[in-house]
Amino acid sequence: MSNVKSLRCRECGSEYPVEPQYVCDFCFGPLEVCYDYDAVARDISRERITKGPLTMWRYHDLLPVDAEMALDMQTGFTPLVRAKNLGRLLGLNNLYIKNDSVNPTFSFKDRVVSVASAKALEFEFDTLACASTGNLAGSVSAHGAKAGMNTMVFFPSDLERGKILGAGIYGATLVAVDGTYDQVNRLCSELADNHRWAFVNINMRPFYSEGSKTLAYEVAEQLGWRAPDAVVVPGASGSLFTKIWKGLNELKDLSLIETAHTKMHIAQAEGCSPIVTAYDEDTPHVRPVTPDTIAKSLAIGNPADGFYSIKTIENSGGSAVAAPEEEVVEGIQLLAETEGIFTETAGGVVISGLRKLAKSGKIQPDDLTVAYITGNGLKTQEVVEPVVDPVFTTPAYEDFMTNMAARKERNGASHG
Amino acid sequence: MVRVMARRRVRFTFPEQLITEPLIYNLGRKFEIVTNIRRANVQERVGWVVLELEGDEDEIERGLEWMIAAGVRVDPITGDLIEG
Repeated sequence: MSNVKSLRCRECGSEYPVEPQYVCDFCFGPLEVCYDYDAVARDISRERITKGPLTMWRYHDLLPVDAEMALDMQTGFTPLVRAKNLGRLLGLNNLYIKNDSVNPTFSFKDRVVSVASAKALEFEFDTLACASTGNLAGSVSAHGAKAGMNTMVFFPSDLERGKILGAGIYGATLVAVDGTYDQVNRLCSELADNHRWAFVNINMRPFYSEGSKTLAYEVAEQLGWRAPDAVVVPGASGSLFTKIWKGLNELKDLSLIETAHTKMHIAQAEGCSPIVTAYDEDTPHVRPVTPDTIAKSLAIGNPADGFYSIKTIENSGGSAVAAPEEEVVEGIQLLAETEGIFTETAGGVVISGLRKLAKSGKIQPDDLTVAYITGNGLKTQEVVEPVVDPVFTTPAYEDFMTNMAARKERNGASHG
Repeated sequence: MVRVMARRRVRFTFPEQLITEPLIYNLGRKFEIVTNIRRANVQERVGWVVLELEGDEDEIERGLEWMIAAGVRVDPITGDLIEG
């Protein structure tokens, strides 16, 4: 049995039974999963976790799913890499990269979708659905396949074909909607209300978002049961950011770590940075924007957890940082060239944001810092195409030597 | 004729220049829509209101189009649902 007690409104505190419900009937505020922490405390220990599987399900005591129902695709327990090379460049002596781009469908979405799809099975849904332009679509489709469920993926019809290949291959029904992003949003909201489908980020959202907490648990465990001094997290809906904070605080409350003193920094791309704008203007009310960014996986103009992200920044003493659009690819290159990790645009935003935070002193040189890399570079290859530049030569040895010398000269000139 | 009554939960975001306009009142006057406010925040530069609209499905659509044309942003109360 899971340790879930109820669903609770994050605004007015009204409590509800554990059902596929996502907004409060009274104030329309979002619902959040509430645990019986006394029951959790009776069972959980570092030893118990350490003996668990090397996946996110080693933390099942703190997830809203019956352990027996867990949909295990070996998601999670991804590498936490000491990033000495990148750290040296940025002036950070204790920098780590949480490389979550190596999950089964190559993004952190597998964590949230694992929980949502397992919960959907518990609730006896036969259809798993989402609205997505990329990572989420791939993850939902793969989990739907594994769970033996029908899978529906909705997206605007003008989306590049390549973006949805990663969903179609798993046998999902792809629905191209002839409309704007806003219209697809509204259609899916109505579908979720009128069909008995498990929309992972709509009616499954309270459960879905809990999966992100495992990114806090893992990092703390991998650091030898301690919270980092600072983290940098990519910001789209803000859900991942707020749940990492929740996860760290749960570990502290359960005495699995000593303190949750982490300064939480959220990074958005300049072309879609409503949370950064609210932070800069010193208001918790996030004004929706129309996204115009290279970082498509972060293009959420009206973030569901924007308000709570600002609260998380306040409570943790963190900040919000915008990565200039032209520095996103630079961030991708920097991580690849220093640490051998190829990330997608969201990762470029994180690295570029990290560089700004280090420069401004918001992250100090000796802070134990973790940058969350949540998606794989192979997903957004098109953005880095211009910076990949092979040396062309004939098979003749002399030609090779000449062309290589020319390249070296050019590089020397450009570096000079 | 049987009329299909519908309920729609939405979030209106008002830009600075519209904050003082009685748009929700007018929405209920111009269209056969019952407006039921649940949560709101109105400040000097921005305001938002979370509310439920009840009425004929088409009438709600027309009402929302009118609000959008007036310059109000209309979103699902859940925030954006399309994720990357």
